[in-house]
Amino acid sequence: MSPRQRPEPVQVVKGRRDRALAGLVGSIPYAAFLGITVDRRGDELTAVLPFDDKLIGNPGLPALHGGVTAAFLETTAILELAWAVLWDDMEGGRLPEYGDAPPPRLPKTIDITVDYLRSGLPRDAYARARVNRSGRRYASVHVEAWQDNRARLFAQATGHFLMPPREG
Amino acid sequence: MAEDDDIAERRLAFGRAFIGALPHARALGMTLVDLTEGRAVMEMPYDARLIGDPETGVIHGGAVSALMDTCGGAAVMAHAQTPAGTATLDLRIDYMRSATPGRAIRAEAVCYHMTRSVAFVRATATDGEEGRPVASATGAFTVERGR
Repeated sequence: MSPRQRPEPVQVVKGRRDRALAGLVGSIPYAAFLGITVDRRGDELTAVLPFDDKLIGNPGLPALHGGVTAAFLETTAILELAWAVLWDDMEGGRLPEYGDAPPPRLPKTIDITVDYLRSGLPRDAYARARVNRSGRRYASVHVEAWQDNRARLFAQATGHFLMPPREG
Repeated sequence: MAEDDDIAERRLAFGRAFIGALPHARALGMTLVDLTEGRAVMEMPYDARLIGDPETGVIHGGAVSALMDTCGGAAVMAHAQTPAGTATLDLRIDYMRSATPGRAIRAEAVCYHMTRSVAFVRATATDGEEGRPVASATGAFTVERGR
């Protein structure tokens, strides 16, 4: 037999990753205020913003408030950046078992530009962020948000972020 | 003079009714402090539910964006050309420093130019410390004409 260690059972791996993600998302009160949840497939995250009446900006249409859209995109970008750091630590075995570990330090927004492509409809919205560049101090992230059709974005954003200082 | 005061008062009352009808503005506790021609001042109280970073207690940038966006829209609506409606086309926000936890955030937006279809807006946000803004924004808004 090979001396190779048996891989961890899938539930153990999944459980660890899900706990780390829940700890991260749960550490942001404003994400809870907006009702943001996050779906995970491997390391890929999709932020979900379930529709709620309090998210309406224009009651006449009705449409999502532009500020909600901006907040959703910015939160998605921050979660993606923090998750990437967390993931590396977790997979590298440098993360203390979650629950005992303090929530990760979050990147700070330097600037963000939001493009409103069409009005946000009164239904659930989804967003995915792509980290285009992540250095020791600065990161540049692009975020896309859609509702019914993945190809029909209702908003997109590009932001720059200051990364939290890392030990070592 | 009395007539000007009357117009100003009615504009502010209209603006307050307008902001009061926006569910998300209400959810964040936003109030209209002042509304003059093409210029709006709004305030948002500190609220633990709006915290973005629990380590520092600092309000999430998204909530500041929502305030700047609403204030920008109000400035557009208060422009002399009186658009029938407006929507944000794009908004860029620069975060200069963290807002001090516990303090209300005040935004001032000016609609400095309007064409037939586009309104241009600049805005700044402060937390009560004069001369040290927490954020600034520039945006383009649509101009809806009445039918």
